[in-house]
This record gives sequence, C-alpha cells and structure tokens, in this order.
Amino acid sequence: MSAQAGTAIIGGGIVGLCVALGLAARGHEVLVLDGRDGDMRASQGNFGLVWLQGKGAGYAPYARWSFQAVQAWPDFAKRLSGLVDVDLALCQQGGYEFFTDAAEYEAFGHDLHRQANALDDRLSFELLNHADLAARLPGIGQRVVGASFCPLDGHVNPLRLHFALRQACLASGVRITCGASVVSVRPAGAGFALLDETGRQTRASRVVLCAGLGAAHLGPQLGFRAPIRAQRGELMITERVADRLPFLSSTIRQVDEGGFQIGGTKAETDCDTETTTTMVGLAQHAVAVWPRLADLRVLRSWAALRVMTPDGYPIYQRSADHPGAFLVTCHSGVTLAPLHATRLAEWIDGDPAAPDLEAFDERRFALS
Amino acid sequence: MSADLVIIGAGPAGMAAARVAAEGGLSVTLLDEQERAGGQIYRNVGAVAGRGWLGADYARGGALVQGLDHPGITHQPRATVWRIDARRGVIWLRDGQSHVSPAAHVLIATGAQERPVPFPGWTLPGLMPAGAAQILMKQSGMVPDEAILAGAGPLLYLVAAQMIAAGAPPVALVETPTAITHALPKLPRALFGLPTLIKGLGLIARIRAAGIPWYRGAADFRAETTEDGRIRFDFTTGKQSHSLTCGLLLTHLGVIPQSHLTRSMGLAHEYDAEQGAWRPTLDPWGQSSEPHVFVAGDGGGIGGAEAARAKGALAALAILHQAGKLDAAGRDRRAAPLRRALSRALSLRPFLDAAYSVPSAFLAPPDETIVCRCEEVTAGSIRKAACTGAEGLRLMRTSLRTGMGPCQGRMCETTVIGLIAEATDRPASTLGPGRIRTPVKPVTLAEIAALGPQPEETT
Amino acid sequence: MNAASRFRDAPGAAPRSLRLMLDGVPVLARPGESVAAALLAHSGGATRQTPVTGAGRAPYCMMGVCFDCLVTIDGHPNVQACMVSAREGMVIQRQIGARRLGDQP
Ligand SMILES: Cc1cc2nc3c(=O)[nH]c(=O)nc-3n(C[C@H](O)[C@H](O)[C@H](O)COP(=O)(O)OP(=O)(O)OC[C@H]3O[C@@H](n4cnc5c(N)ncnc54)[C@H](O)[C@@H]3O)c2cc1C
Ligand SMILES: Cc1cc2nc3c(=O)[nH]c(=O)nc-3n(C[C@H](O)[C@H](O)[C@H](O)COP(=O)(O)OP(=O)(O)OC[C@H]3O[C@@H](n4cnc5c(N)ncnc54)[C@H](O)[C@@H]3O)c2cc1C
Repeated sequence: MSAQAGTAIIGGGIVGLCVALGLAARGHEVLVLDGRDGDMRASQGNFGLVWLQGKGAGYAPYARWSFQAVQAWPDFAKRLSGLVDVDLALCQQGGYEFFTDAAEYEAFGHDLHRQANALDDRLSFELLNHADLAARLPGIGQRVVGASFCPLDGHVNPLRLHFALRQACLASGVRITCGASVVSVRPAGAGFALLDETGRQTRASRVVLCAGLGAAHLGPQLGFRAPIRAQRGELMITERVADRLPFLSSTIRQVDEGGFQIGGTKAETDCDTETTTTMVGLAQHAVAVWPRLADLRVLRSWAALRVMTPDGYPIYQRSADHPGAFLVTCHSGVTLAPLHATRLAEWIDGDPAAPDLEAFDERRFALS
Repeated sequence: MSADLVIIGAGPAGMAAARVAAEGGLSVTLLDEQERAGGQIYRNVGAVAGRGWLGADYARGGALVQGLDHPGITHQPRATVWRIDARRGVIWLRDGQSHVSPAAHVLIATGAQERPVPFPGWTLPGLMPAGAAQILMKQSGMVPDEAILAGAGPLLYLVAAQMIAAGAPPVALVETPTAITHALPKLPRALFGLPTLIKGLGLIARIRAAGIPWYRGAADFRAETTEDGRIRFDFTTGKQSHSLTCGLLLTHLGVIPQSHLTRSMGLAHEYDAEQGAWRPTLDPWGQSSEPHVFVAGDGGGIGGAEAARAKGALAALAILHQAGKLDAAGRDRRAAPLRRALSRALSLRPFLDAAYSVPSAFLAPPDETIVCRCEEVTAGSIRKAACTGAEGLRLMRTSLRTGMGPCQGRMCETTVIGLIAEATDRPASTLGPGRIRTPVKPVTLAEIAALGPQPEETT
Repeated sequence: MNAASRFRDAPGAAPRSLRLMLDGVPVLARPGESVAAALLAHSGGATRQTPVTGAGRAPYCMMGVCFDCLVTIDGHPNVQACMVSAREGMVIQRQIGARRLGDQP
C-alpha cells in the first residue's frame, strides 16, 4: 500500500490539525497521519484555558506570541464555526489565579509586572487581597490569601475544539488517516518517505512533525533534537450543575455542559494514571477556594501528559539538513491554536509576510 | 485495623471465598454496597420469609449467608468501593465518609450487570431489565403488573416462571432469534450439566403450561408511551408486524462482567468472543495480572452462581497458599472437588453462549436509538462520527461525550463498540476495553478531601 | 405526573408501614426496600428529567449501575434511589434537570 501527499503531517492532535487547516487554507494538499485511539493525547485531556496570565514573564517573544494568540481567538472561533456546526463555547471574560500561599501570591505579582513590561504594558491585570476578592466574589474561601485577575483570559471546550478541528480539516479537503503511527520517516528524492505501523508507505514533498510526545522518537530521523519530555497533569470533573460559577480560574472552571473541572497539578513522569494523593490535593484546593463545591460529586479523574520543552516555550524548527521538514511542538496548544492555523502556516510556506519565529528555534537549547 | 484479605462483593463468589479464607486463618473484610449479603442471585435472601414463589435455588443462598458468621470475617454492608490504590488499600464510602482498608491480598467479586438492550424507546419509564424486576420481587415483594418479557436467555425464562408462581404471569414472552440448532453441537459437553438443562426445560414447560403467548424470532423492537401512560411495544416476526400494549416492558439479553473496578486498576483484560464482553485476564485460580489481586465470580467471566461459588473458594485457597497458610499439596487436594464442581457448572455455558448470542441489531441499533443514556447520544450520531475519524472508544468519547455521564459507560460501551465495529468493519475485540478511571462510583469533593495526604487506616 | 404503578404486591408481602414524602405527597414503603422500589410502587411515571434534553426517566437497573434513579433525598441531590433503603420520614424530590449547588457550608 502507498499514498502520495503534498504535505504530510505526523500527528492529529490540536497542533497537527491546526497546522493542517492552515496549510489547506493556503491551497495545499494535506494528509494527516494520526496514531492509535489509545495514544496519549494532551489534546484529549487538557483544561481548555485560553490563557495569558504569567505566560512569557521571563521570555518576551513568548509573551508576545501568547498575547497575539489570545487576541486572535474570536476570529478563529468564527472561522471554525463557518466551516463546521460545533459550538466551541469560547468565553473570554477574564480569569483569576487564586493563591492560598502568601509568598506565591507575591511572587506571581512580580511575574505579572515582568510580563506586562514585555508586552509594553498592553497587559492589564489586577492584584486583589482577600478582602478585595471577598467583596467581588462573596463565596470565596477564607484560606484564599489573594488573587490576580486578567480580563483577557478565557476558556473553550477543549474536546469540542479537537472535534471541530478534525471536522473542519475534512471540510477543507484535508485527508486524515487514523491508526497510522509512523515508524520511520526519511528523506527520499525531492521529498520524504514515511512508513506507518500498518506497513503503508507515504511519499510527501514536505513533512511537518506534530506528533506531541511521539516527536521525541521521530525527530532525530529528520535531524531534529526534539528535546521534549512528558509532564503529568491530573484533573477531575464533577456532575453537571445548573447554577453558573461566577468566575473562571486556572484551576477551577465550569465547562459549558455544567460540570466543574478541577486541575493544575504537575508531576515529572510519563505515567498517565491518576493518583489518590493528587486527587485529595485537588479536592482540598477546590473546597478551600469555593466551599460550596464540597458536596459536588466527582464523576471521573484522569491524568494527561503535557508535551514540554526544556524551557516550556514552543519549538518551531525548519530542518537544516532536510529542506521541507519541520518540527512543531508546544505546551499551551489550545491557547496558541489560532496562530498555528494561520501565521505558522505562512512561516512553513516561507511567505515573506510570515512572522519571525527565530526565538522558537530549538538551537536555543544547544546554546544554553 | 487492617485485614489479611479484603473481598469486594458479597455474592456467592465473595461469600464462599470469605468462609474458606477465614477458616484457613486469615482475617477477612468483606465489603458490599448492598444492605445485606447475597449478591444478585441471592439478593436479600437472609431477610425474606415466605417467598416460596422465588424457588428452591434462591433459598439455597441462605447457607452461604449464614457462613459469614465466623469470627475471622468482618462484613461491611453499604460499603461502596470507589478505588483500589496499590499503596493505600481499598477505598470505600459509607454515609458520606471514605474509609481505607489496607490489605495484603484483594479479591474482587463484583459480579455481573445486565447487558444493555438498546432500541428506540428503551429509556422510557415503563421499560426495565428483567433482572431489575426480579430484584424488586426479591427485595420488595413487588411483582410486575401486566408485563411483557422480551429478549432471550435463561434468566428470561426464570423470571417468567417466578412471575407465574407469584400469580402475576407475563402477558407475553417475545423471544429474539435463538440459535439452538446451531448450538446443538455444544450439547454433548453440556450433558454434564444435565440437572441445569432439566431445570431450564422445566421452566419452559411451566411457561407453556401457563398458556403465555410466546413469539419467537422477534426483531425490530420499538417502544412508545400510550396516552394513558402504558407501553406500546412494536416488533416483527419474519414478515409479520405486531403491536402489543403492556404496563411494563421487561427486556433481557444476558449479563456481562462488571469490570469497572478491575479496569480502573489497570489489570490486563481480554475479549471473550463467545460472551461478547471484556473480562480480566485470570489464571485458573483467579489470579489477575497483579499477583496479590484475585478476581472470582461473574466479574471474571460469566458462569452463574454455582461457578461463582466454586471460583470464590478456589481463589481463597490460592490466597491462603500465597499467605503461607496452606502448602501447595493441601491447596491442590482441596481444589480438586471444587474444580469438578466448576467444570460441571460451566459445562452448559458454551451451549448457552451459542444458543443465546446477542442479535446484531442490539449491538448496533437503529439510528434514532439513544445509546448513551446519560449524555443522550444517538446511534445515528455515533455512526456518523465513526465515519469521520472517531474510530475508537476514546475518540468517540471525546467527540460526542459517550460514556462521560455518571454511569461512566456501563450502559453504552457495548453498543458504542458495536456501532464503531459496524461502521469501520473491524472486530469488537480490537475496540476496547475503554479506559476506566477513578472513582468507580461518584464520590463528593469533601469525601475525597477528607482522605488526607497520608496513608491512613480505618476498620 | 402520577401514572398508576406498574407493579403490584406479591402474595404475602409485608405491609407498607413506612411513610416518605415525595414532592409533598406521602409515599408508603416497606421496611428493607429501596427508595426506588417505593417510588415504583407509588407511580409508573418519571422520577426525574434529564439534564441534557429534559426527558423523563424512572428507575431502571435497580442495582446501582445505570444512574437513572437519581433523586434528591433529605436535601442531598443526585442520590441513587435504588441503593438507599427507605426510612421513615425521608423527604424526596424529583429532579428537574441538573442539580443546584448547595448552600455555603
Ligand atoms: C493536563 C493538561 C492541561 C492542559 N491545559 C491546557 C490549557 O488549559 N490551555 C492550553 O492552551 N493548553 C493546555 N495544555 C496543553 C495542550 O493540551 C497541548 O499543548 C496540546 O494539546 C498539544 O497538542 P499536540 O497535538 O502537540 O499533542 P497531542 O495532543 O499529544 O497529540 C499528538 C498526536 O500525535 C499522534 N502521534 C504520536 N506519535 C505518532 C506517530 N509516530 N505517528 C503518527 N502520529 C503520532 C498521536 O496519536 C496524537 O494524535 C494542557 C495539557 C495537559 C496535559
Ligand atoms: C440483576 C441480576 C439478576 C440475576 N438473577 C439471577 C438469578 O435469579 N439466578 C441466577 O442463577 N443468576 C442470576 N444472575 C446472574 C448472577 O450474576 C450470578 O448468578 C451470581 O449472582 C454471580 O455471583 P457473583 O458472586 O459473581 O456476583 P454477584 O452475586 O453479582 O455479587 C456481586 C456483589 O458485589 C457488589 N458490588 C459490586 N460492585 C461493588 C462496589 N464497587 N463496591 C462494593 N460492592 C460492590 C454487589 O453489590 C453485589 O452484591 C443475575 C444477575 C443480575 C445482574
């Protein structure tokens, strides 16, 4: 069996599908080779934040890139809803970061100032002590010492985003093959030869590696270092509730169907099973922040693996050795989705109008 | 106080195991979410007097319940297990309070649930599984009023006979196509199961004698509510259409293992093609892929009550051996008669599995059928999503929310698998089992928070 | 909606000696039976409306696996009525759609 493609994209998570959509919109013939149903997909287990607070406090290019992404979200959502009938439940009405530890609260305030500097003060935010916060959110728990609020923060339904991207790609002529884990990819003639685990060969003139954690293994075949690692995040979802929560935060949010998602943990491991101790921690945090949640039933907890680079910022890399091969990987792929489906496609095409993404070159790790 | 052995499920498997383990010198904690021991077949058996119409088989469960009266056994009723943690132990809930029972050995004996029987209208009030009605008969002394029994399998005959004996005969028996002739080659082996077979034939004779209208080869089920709140049940037999009205429509197509707990622990599972269901992978003692975790009874593969009892005792012997309380020779000697009983009990299975295999229309029902009862997802939308890339349980789940409600897929997984298998032309064995996560039963944030960070012990 | 029950008493069944309240209406229960059983003996109608489409549902599996029998019992929403024994004086409410958030504890 064999197939032909103009551009082959390895990986059908949010990142690969955004790139596919962007390239298809620029008139390219695109084939997405996606892995198995059981693969770890950050895109199926994430928190759905379209988030700015704290992003790029120590790295101005990332602060600016995230800022652009957040601002591009409303148009992107409109574009998707023009292609498919899926409600993304995008809501960008501002979000809180809650603190139960005074030192952490203070440190985060400094981060926000640095981030605002990097953005030439286009970032507006508020720092609220407990009394200010209690005046605004009367249900807040006594143990919350303070919070930051950024009016630009928001969220979407991440599962519907993944679903909508798949449908939008199909509607734009992208071909998607599931169960096609690529085992080898190598330069061949003027393009690339890919082999997947079912034995199928694919020839493509360009290849974009968007395989999430799978890129660590495939990257070196195309001359990339792909220094990525897994970082586990655990989450819980509760039964549906009719009342609306009066706030969005980075650790507690109400999904549009009514359930409450609770998350925000980090563990350096590639094992994606949930743990009792973390569940207990999340439950204690939720009840400390908003005591009225105490009698809500948790229906499911889960763990998902973040695709992390050493500094946490994206890698956008052209292969130096093999023109036509690209590596695209990032954390915060939900937030960055609009740019991956537009500006990044320009960059892959070498469009003169494309942004300068030098700052996200993976050679930054070799230098440090 | 921690126990040597924690058993989850006080049905025939769990009760038999508890007794053998306690007599062998282990301290046993027996957890069950029901108020009384008995499991599904012997539900409430200790507490009911004068319900002779439930039959002699039911009454036999009393001895097993009495066997729990042993100083080594602590029976915890109303204890719902929601997680088994490799380090902390078995975590369970009662009256809003979570408890942790640490244990060196765990036996999971959570039994079976009825196989979902999806068709247009199966979510309406007035439709129930036949086994659910039987639970009401056992536990509440309630009998169905003007009910139709529809589907196939031995339990359907048993419930019909129990209803007749209770003076509330079903108004009709509507049987889906059976493959008795096709299953006949499996019968020679089944002769060891002669007593069971004779019992089955006896049930059929009683249903005949009661003059119950009996429709065979029925298909195309559809139910609607009439204006006066009754159920109109439409179906076909061959080219003929039928429309019957009843107070209650009771359906049944066999039972499948309850594997949420074993799956949530990440134990190895395998697909049983004859029974059309996933079950944990076990050795002949019931040992799972985790050496200190055993599974016995219908939760490890459907075998019925007698098999469950034998498997429970066998697992207990293996655990006694593992705990150093019984040498290999003693274990094997005591196992021999249990293995013979097990083989007798299972001899009819291949015949039953073949004769009462599930008609494909209930694995992949018509488009308008609600498949996921919690999230109200129809068969039509699942078919459509399967054809546009949601080619597995997980992608389907995140695309349409199938299995995301409070039941966590218990009522839809078999059907979602059937629909994806049909749409993508792949065998069901390549499409599961779905990943089950904690908690196995819903538990509140406060109840989780109260567990605290440190491993702790309670009785 | 209070359709007639779809069940009747078996011969020799014990009297219904417990009194529960369902949405302000008395419901009788037999000691040892579940709340779901008492509701089914009381009426053949729906005991809740689903959060998704508002469809009516009644207790279904009677063994804790389907979650169709969810009701509010003594102020606690989304309780599985088939897993709770009926007790004298219990106050039960049918649920219309998703539950509400409790009051601040
Ligand atoms: C717990 C958690 C919470 C998060 N919260 C947020 C948030 O709130 N906001 C936000 O913006 N971001 C969040 N993220 C990050 C975001 O989810 C990820 O950045 C994004 O989903 C990454 O998408 P991806 O396509 O790169 O990777 P994945 O979703 O992991 O997908 C990788 C894909 O590649 C395929 N693949 C792998 N190997 C191969 C191969 N050899 N051949 C073919 N295909 C292959 C896989 O099958 C899969 O489809 C979160 C992540 C986690 C884990
Ligand atoms: C509704 C129904 C009715 C049946 N009626 C009959 C019948 O009349 N005759 C017949 O021969 N067979 C019947 N069966 C088949 C039945 O599965 C077996 O006959 C037999 O009961 C299996 O025994 P077991 O010990 O494996 O499990 P069960 O008898 O099913 O016992 C399992 C026990 O585990 C408990 N449990 C499950 N999950 C948890 C948890 N998370 N936490 C705590 N406790 C838990 C349950 O409450 C239950 O008491 C019926 C099955 C069902 C589902």
